[in-house]
Amino acid sequence: MCGVCGCGEPDGKATITVPGQAPRPVSEEHHHHHHAHDHPHPHAHAHDHGRTVIEVEQDILHENALGAARNRGYFEGRGIVAINLVSSPGSGKTTLLEKTLAALKDKVPCYVIEGDQQTMNDANRIASLEVPVVQVNTGKGCHLESDMIYEAVRQLNPQPHAFLFIENVGNLVCPSLFDLGESRRVVIISVTEGEDKPAKYPDMFHSSHACIINKIDLLPYLNVDVEKIKAYAQQVNPNLQFFELSATTLEGFDAWLKWLETLIPQKA
Amino acid sequence: MHELSIAMGIVRIAEAEARKAGAGTVRRVEIRVGMLAGVELDALHFAWPMATRETLAEGAELDVEIIEGRARCLECNQEYSIEHLFDTCPHCHSPFKHILQGKELSVKALEVG
Repeated sequence: MCGVCGCGEPDGKATITVPGQAPRPVSEEHHHHHHAHDHPHPHAHAHDHGRTVIEVEQDILHENALGAARNRGYFEGRGIVAINLVSSPGSGKTTLLEKTLAALKDKVPCYVIEGDQQTMNDANRIASLEVPVVQVNTGKGCHLESDMIYEAVRQLNPQPHAFLFIENVGNLVCPSLFDLGESRRVVIISVTEGEDKPAKYPDMFHSSHACIINKIDLLPYLNVDVEKIKAYAQQVNPNLQFFELSATTLEGFDAWLKWLETLIPQKA
Repeated sequence: MHELSIAMGIVRIAEAEARKAGAGTVRRVEIRVGMLAGVELDALHFAWPMATRETLAEGAELDVEIIEGRARCLECNQEYSIEHLFDTCPHCHSPFKHILQGKELSVKALEVG
């Protein structure tokens, strides 16, 4: 069965695509959801022996955590700052990323991994900025996992002392559980989403380092108090760093860029 | 629905451990789920039959031990129970806390046979 959606179809698999090239599946070796049944099952003698209890004590997300640790070690060893961008669909992640890349790419090498269930649309938008990008399509899957990042990074082959931006699947629930090995997790909320969203979806805000409050140019048209959004988010995670900005008008954008630049380790 | 990924992770561990023990069938899987782990138990039980289909754990019972959330306040150092990540200290109302338990997500034991 397909582990991404449970559909039993091979096309539920996650794929990785470089704009202009054919998609290829995330390697079976690193993506363990598919159960091939060509191995012999040792049914022969076990039935007569009654029931046995085996003590296991194993973390269910152990494999993802191992993959994340491997990615993190690779990133740290090469001085790569990996930013995992997470949010609901429609918060403005891709526009934010486009504007961020436009401002940074001539100063620091930038690479992008785009995660979406379907389409190459986001990767094509990034590729038009002449930034190396791969698209991970998760099929029906609702989040990126560390093995997908491993494969995508191999494809990108980033040079040292660079930014790697990972745009996760638009979903404020599932990606919170899956460490990708990122250096920083940044949650984006737009002012149109409601003040109490951080309380409704606390896991993502709890696991993030920074919170971007986007689309502040729309505030004059809305009955929304940014301070309330921050208060809810801080109640979940008092250590969150906030950036209030508009990716459209670039108001407040400098503080975000400055923060990113502080994350790049100095070359020895 | 990441609960399907979680269910398949459980099956993967159960199959590997059952094979190591030379067992042909997994009858029951005991897991521990913390209340703050971000897993919806209804969704997990819904996904379980799909995740186990055509595996050694097909038809196995999924036994869930729920671990309640506990935290220690970083301001007044007192322990308290939490239901939500945004709960504040009942003694001094500080949101700063160290989570002691409630994030668990593990396979505890299997019954094979």
